[in-house]
Amino acid sequence: MDKKFNVTSAPHDRGRMDTQKIMLCVLISLLPATFFGIYNFGYKAAIIIIVTILSCVISELLFNIIIKKENTIKDLSAVVTGLLLALNLPHTLPWWMAVLGGVFAIVVVKMLFGGLGQNFMNPALGARCFLLISFTSAMTSFSYDGITEATPLALLKEGEEVDPLKMLLGTEAGTIGETSVICLLIGAIFLILMGIIDIKIPAAYIVTFSIFILLFGGHGLDMTYLIEHLCGGGLILGAFFMATDYVTSPITPAGKIIFGIVLGILTGIFRLFGSNAEGVSYAIIIGNLLVPLIEKATIPRAFGITKVKEVSKDE
Amino acid sequence: MGLMTFKGGVHPYDGKELSKAKPVRKLLPKGELVYPLSQHIGAPATPVVNVGDYVLRGQKIAEAGGFVSSPIFASVSGTVKAIEPRRVAIGNMVNSIIIENDGAYTEIGFTACEDYSKLSNEEIIGKIKDAGVVGMGGAGFPTHVKLSPKNPDDIDHIIANCAECEPYLTADYRRMLENPEKLIGGMKIVLQMFPEALGVFGIEDNKQDCIDKINNLIKDEKRMVVVPLRTKYPQGGERQLIYACTKRAINAKMLPADAGCIVDNVETLVAIYNAVALGMPVMNRIFTVTGGAVCEPRNYDMYMGTSFEEFLEESGGFMKECEKMIAGGPMMGFALQDAKIPTTKTTSALVCLDNDEASKYTPSACINCGRCVDACPEQLVPSKLAKFADTGRKGEFEKWYGLECVECGSCTFMCPARKHLAQSIKTMKKQILADKRKK
Repeated sequence: MDKKFNVTSAPHDRGRMDTQKIMLCVLISLLPATFFGIYNFGYKAAIIIIVTILSCVISELLFNIIIKKENTIKDLSAVVTGLLLALNLPHTLPWWMAVLGGVFAIVVVKMLFGGLGQNFMNPALGARCFLLISFTSAMTSFSYDGITEATPLALLKEGEEVDPLKMLLGTEAGTIGETSVICLLIGAIFLILMGIIDIKIPAAYIVTFSIFILLFGGHGLDMTYLIEHLCGGGLILGAFFMATDYVTSPITPAGKIIFGIVLGILTGIFRLFGSNAEGVSYAIIIGNLLVPLIEKATIPRAFGITKVKEVSKDE
Repeated sequence: MGLMTFKGGVHPYDGKELSKAKPVRKLLPKGELVYPLSQHIGAPATPVVNVGDYVLRGQKIAEAGGFVSSPIFASVSGTVKAIEPRRVAIGNMVNSIIIENDGAYTEIGFTACEDYSKLSNEEIIGKIKDAGVVGMGGAGFPTHVKLSPKNPDDIDHIIANCAECEPYLTADYRRMLENPEKLIGGMKIVLQMFPEALGVFGIEDNKQDCIDKINNLIKDEKRMVVVPLRTKYPQGGERQLIYACTKRAINAKMLPADAGCIVDNVETLVAIYNAVALGMPVMNRIFTVTGGAVCEPRNYDMYMGTSFEEFLEESGGFMKECEKMIAGGPMMGFALQDAKIPTTKTTSALVCLDNDEASKYTPSACINCGRCVDACPEQLVPSKLAKFADTGRKGEFEKWYGLECVECGSCTFMCPARKHLAQSIKTMKKQILADKRKK
C-alpha cells in the first residue's frame, strides 16, 4: 500500500463534450449547406472550399511552429473557420484570393491576438470583409449556371421581382454556402438539438431584423418582402453560424439577447440605407467589437441576490 | 407539476448501482483508531484524556473548544496511545487522539430518554451539543448552533437533505431503507423545537423506494411531507435544496434560517435521534466503499476513527489498478495520497476510481462557450471568474459575484476546454475571505 494515488482538486469526473467534439458538430451542421453549394455551383465551389480550409489549417500550423507554440490544429477550429469563410465566398473567386483570405483569418484575426478564444472578431467574417474591401469586384460578381447574375437581395434592392421559393431552396446566385436556407436551417436545428448553440442570439437577431424591415422597409406589412430579406444576403448563415461563434459573442444570457438585437438593427440599417445590398458580415464584426461592453453591462445577478448589489463598504 | 429542482446543474455518471443493493454491515476496527480534533467547522476540540488513560466506547475524549465547536467521543474501548498530529483527508496534519482498540467494545452506558416529547428546547439542544452532533453531510457545522437561530419563530421549514446527489454515494440511501424510523424520529425531535415548522424530506427521484417507504411511514404525521426532487447534481446543495423545496433563494451572506429553513442531512437527523432519544453520542455512521477499482463495493456501519485502509481490506482490496482514491463523492470529495487516513464524523464514502480521466486532461483555451454558465447552480459566469482568479483581479472577481460560488464543481465538469475552473475560483475565494477577516 505504498503506492501514491493521483491527487487533484475536485471534481474528479468530467463531462463528455470537449472543444474538438464541439467543432466537429459545427462541421457536421455545415455539411448540408456545403454539399448543396457544390451541387449548386459545381466543382469550382469544391476547389474554393478545399483551398480555403487548407489555407487556414496550414497557416495555423506554420504560425504555431514559427512562434514555438503548441500545435493547436487538432481542436478543428481552423477547419471550421476555413469552411465558414469558404461558404461566404463566391465560387468564381480566384483561388489565390481564397488562400489569402484564409491566411488573413487565421494569422491576423486569430493567432496574432493569442489564438483560439482570444480573438475579438469572427475570423471568417474578418477575412471576408478584408477580401470585400480589397477585391471588391471579384467578391461581388456572382454567376449562376455560367451566366453573370446579381444576387436576389441586390435585385430586391433595385426594386426587381425575386422568387422567394428559389431563395428558400437556394437555386440562385450567391456565395457558396448562403443560398440554401433549407440546408442551413437543417444544420442550425442540429446545432440547437445538440446543445451547441443557444437560440437566444439568432432569435433576437432575426426578430429584431424583421421588425426593423417591417417598420422602415417601405413595404408595410408585406410578408413576401420580409421573407425575401430573411432568406437573402447570408442572414441565416450569419445568424445561426457566425453570430453564435462562442469566442466573439457575449457569454452572459442577457448579453446574448442584446447582441442579437444590436445585430438586427445594424443589419437593417446597412441593408436599407447603405449602398450595399448585404450587411450581415459588417453588422456581425461591428457587433463583435461591442461584446466586452455588452458583457460588462449584463453581469448576471447571482442566485439569491435580490436587491441591487450594495456598494461594498470595505473598499 | 413537475419534480422540484433548481436552475443549472449537471448529470455526472451515477455509479450508485455498484453499492446500492448492499445492506449495511458492521466492520469492527482492528488496529489503532485516530480521532482528529478538528472534524467540524469551528474551534478544534480540546482533549480531556491523557496518554495512557483507559477509555470506554462512548466516553468523551475531547470537549468543545468554544460555542462553534463540538466534542469527540471514543468509538471503541481501549488505551490512549498518543496525542499527535496525523494526516487527515483534506491533506493537512491535524492534532489527533490515537486509541489502541482493546477489542472489547465496553460501553460507558447510555441513558435513553423515556419520553423526549417532555423535554424543553434547551434540554434538547443540550443533549445534541453534548453528543457531538455536527452536519454529517460533509460540512461538519455544529448542529446545536444551527438549531439555535436568532428568530426561532420564523422557522417554518425543517428540511431533511435526503438528496444524496453526489455520484456513487449510497450511505443515506441505505439509512433511509434500513432505519427510516430513526430519521423520522430525528425529524420529530426538531419539529418539536419549532412548533410552526413543516418537516420536509427532499429525496431525489432516483430513490423511488425511499420516497415510497418514507411516505408510507409518515402518512399519519400531519407535519411531515416528502418532496420528490429531480435527480440532478448539486440537488443536495443547501441553497439549491432550499430553493427546490420552498422556492426561496438565499445567497452567500444569508443563512438558511433567513429563509425560514433549517437543513439537516439524513445522518445528522439520525444522530439527533440517537443523542436525544437514546442518549448516545456520535460514534458510528454509514459509510460507502465503492468505485470501479474495489472488489466488493459495500456499505458499512463505520466506527469513526477507523482507517480507510481497513475498509479497503474488508472490501477485498482492489480488483483493478486504482488510480485515484477519493474521500467523499467524486464531485466535491478529496483525493487521497494513500489510505492511511482516519474516517471522521463527516466521512461518507471512499470512492476508488480505476480510471481517473479527470487527471489526464490538459486544459486548453477557453472558447467562451458558456457551458459553465448554464451549469452553474448559482447563475455565475465561472469562465470569467476563473480568469479573474488566475490574473489576481479581486475587484472584478467580487463584482461578478465570485464569493457566491458554492464550489460544487459543475463548471469544471462541463468545461469542454478541461479547465480547472472551480479550483481557480475556490483558491481566489479563500484569499479574498482571508483578506476580509484580516481587516
